[in-house]
Amino acid sequence: MSKAATSLPRTIGAHAVLLTYTLIALFPVVVIVVNSFKSRNAIFRSPLSLPTAETFDLIGYKTVMAQGDFIQYFQNSLTVTVASLFFVLLFGAMAAFALSEYRFKGNTMMGLYLALGIMIPIRLGTVAILQLMVASGLVNTLTALVLVYTAQGLPLAVFILSEFMKQVSDDLKNAGRIDGLSEYRIFFRLVLPLVRPAMATVAVFTMIPIWNDLWFPLILAPSEATKTVTLGAQVFIGQFVTNWNAVLAALSLAILPVLILYFFFSRQLIRGITSGAVK
Amino acid sequence: MASVSLEKVQKNYGTLNVLEAVDLEIADGEFVVLVGPSGCGKSTLLRMIAGLEEISAGEIRIGERVVNDVAPKDRDIAMVFQSYALYPHMDVAANMGFSLALRKTDKQAIDTRVGGAADRLGLNKLLARLPRQLSGGQRQRVAMGRAIVRDPKVFLFDEPLSNLDAKLRVHMRTEIKALHQQLKTTSVYVTHDQTEAMTMADRIVVMHDGVVQQVGAPLELYDHPSNTFVAGFIGSPGMNFLPATIKRSADFVAAILADGQKLPVLASLPVSEGDKVTVGLRPEHLHVAGDGDMSAEVEVVEPLGLSTQFYARLAGQQICVFVMGRVAVKPGDTVRLSATASDLHLFDPETGQRIN
Repeated sequence: MSKAATSLPRTIGAHAVLLTYTLIALFPVVVIVVNSFKSRNAIFRSPLSLPTAETFDLIGYKTVMAQGDFIQYFQNSLTVTVASLFFVLLFGAMAAFALSEYRFKGNTMMGLYLALGIMIPIRLGTVAILQLMVASGLVNTLTALVLVYTAQGLPLAVFILSEFMKQVSDDLKNAGRIDGLSEYRIFFRLVLPLVRPAMATVAVFTMIPIWNDLWFPLILAPSEATKTVTLGAQVFIGQFVTNWNAVLAALSLAILPVLILYFFFSRQLIRGITSGAVK
Repeated sequence: MASVSLEKVQKNYGTLNVLEAVDLEIADGEFVVLVGPSGCGKSTLLRMIAGLEEISAGEIRIGERVVNDVAPKDRDIAMVFQSYALYPHMDVAANMGFSLALRKTDKQAIDTRVGGAADRLGLNKLLARLPRQLSGGQRQRVAMGRAIVRDPKVFLFDEPLSNLDAKLRVHMRTEIKALHQQLKTTSVYVTHDQTEAMTMADRIVVMHDGVVQQVGAPLELYDHPSNTFVAGFIGSPGMNFLPATIKRSADFVAAILADGQKLPVLASLPVSEGDKVTVGLRPEHLHVAGDGDMSAEVEVVEPLGLSTQFYARLAGQQICVFVMGRVAVKPGDTVRLSATASDLHLFDPETGQRIN
């Protein structure tokens, strides 16, 4: 790093900006978590204060645990997220490899076509998707959600990964070819390990919208057995009365698994974002 | 080990011809260098021999076998790349033994062969390191080790020294040559550096714009370049070219330069009175002599200690003169130069072809 970039005023300035941003970003999360440990009255009387001995109340968590099958909802969310993530990464990486590695007619057009989905929100097709799922008997199954989320995640995955795969040296792939690796093994053993940071980046960007989605679970899989966490939390939001304790507790719990997955990917993620910028 | 033969090998991308009908016989154990400026098709040709690039027309044989449609891994070749292309997530030993491991060679045999190659290249202490922990020269050595371990029929080198600094390059050049003398494996070596070509090759193939210009032993190319391109490309400092007109009479033949100065020409050459020619004269074949026939004005002097080279203006052209040892000239001086008829190369100014 150059000297100018590490001078004290600049460092302070940069950190001030970053800290401000962190505070803004974390504020709603902190409010949710803090209030989930308070009694209902305390939530409304002083929403920003920390729980004290008098206001501390686990009623929200008790409600969540007692009412509805939250363990089941968590499992559903996790299954859908992990399965979708797996398919997005697998198919996205494969398509990206083909696009970046092989010269064929319509290569660029194909790349554009695959990337087009980034600009078109998949929700525009909800009605058609629902008809399709009804026709194929997939309504109220997790498969329906996995299929939709895979389709939703692929464009961005193909777009990001093909850029990264173009940077993998041709010589390296050719060395593999001469050493006797098949194209599949070149992909799995040489290229994938090298684009791991990019994969982590894609994983995080794909995972979070899937975990948080309410739309498709509500439309495609609202049955008790296939409810996801976000959908499950909705039972506490009524038309006239909302059980805020339970809603906040459910949301706090819902943060945990993504947080764990994020920690899992974050080391790679940081490398992915800074790759090329730092040597 | 095996010979390699190329018969009318061509490469085109659509209508664009990048390589025109190359014929080349590489004998068993020979070290052939493909040399030319960038974009001349030399790397493409090498990659075609390796099987990494499709052959548009013609035939490539390794040994007796036609390999046009054989996959790279089945051609029994090993390649060393400019960027080394080491597998970044494997240590040195695994890198070197990888091709054998893929062929399900016995673990013990792999270790022996990797150990043998490591001994040869002085890599013993580095076997457990990852490529990113090695210096450029060490990486280059590992890349060579990886090729040696396979014990292939043919070694292919794609500008293997271009990423090294000047000093290391000279060192590795000698090392590769010594290695070839031990192993005697047929080798094809691509470079854009004529010095590398001259020092390493048994035979040099000079290429330009996808066309083979000349094939021959280094000194053959140096002494009898078949056209102005080869003449100018081989040798450093490069050959001087001067336009001239032939004057022929019963007792002498001479090339008359633009300003009327003349150079002696061998009488046996098939040139006649009034012919336009391009005279090629190597810098070391111009001698500073008090009684020289030509006079030139010195412009720049470059003393190198061992030798001196200076640039002078002769018949309106800048020429380079190379003198062993020291010479007392300075910019602005007029020097007398002489040349021997047998050192002169004559080329057709239209086609650039040599006139013998």
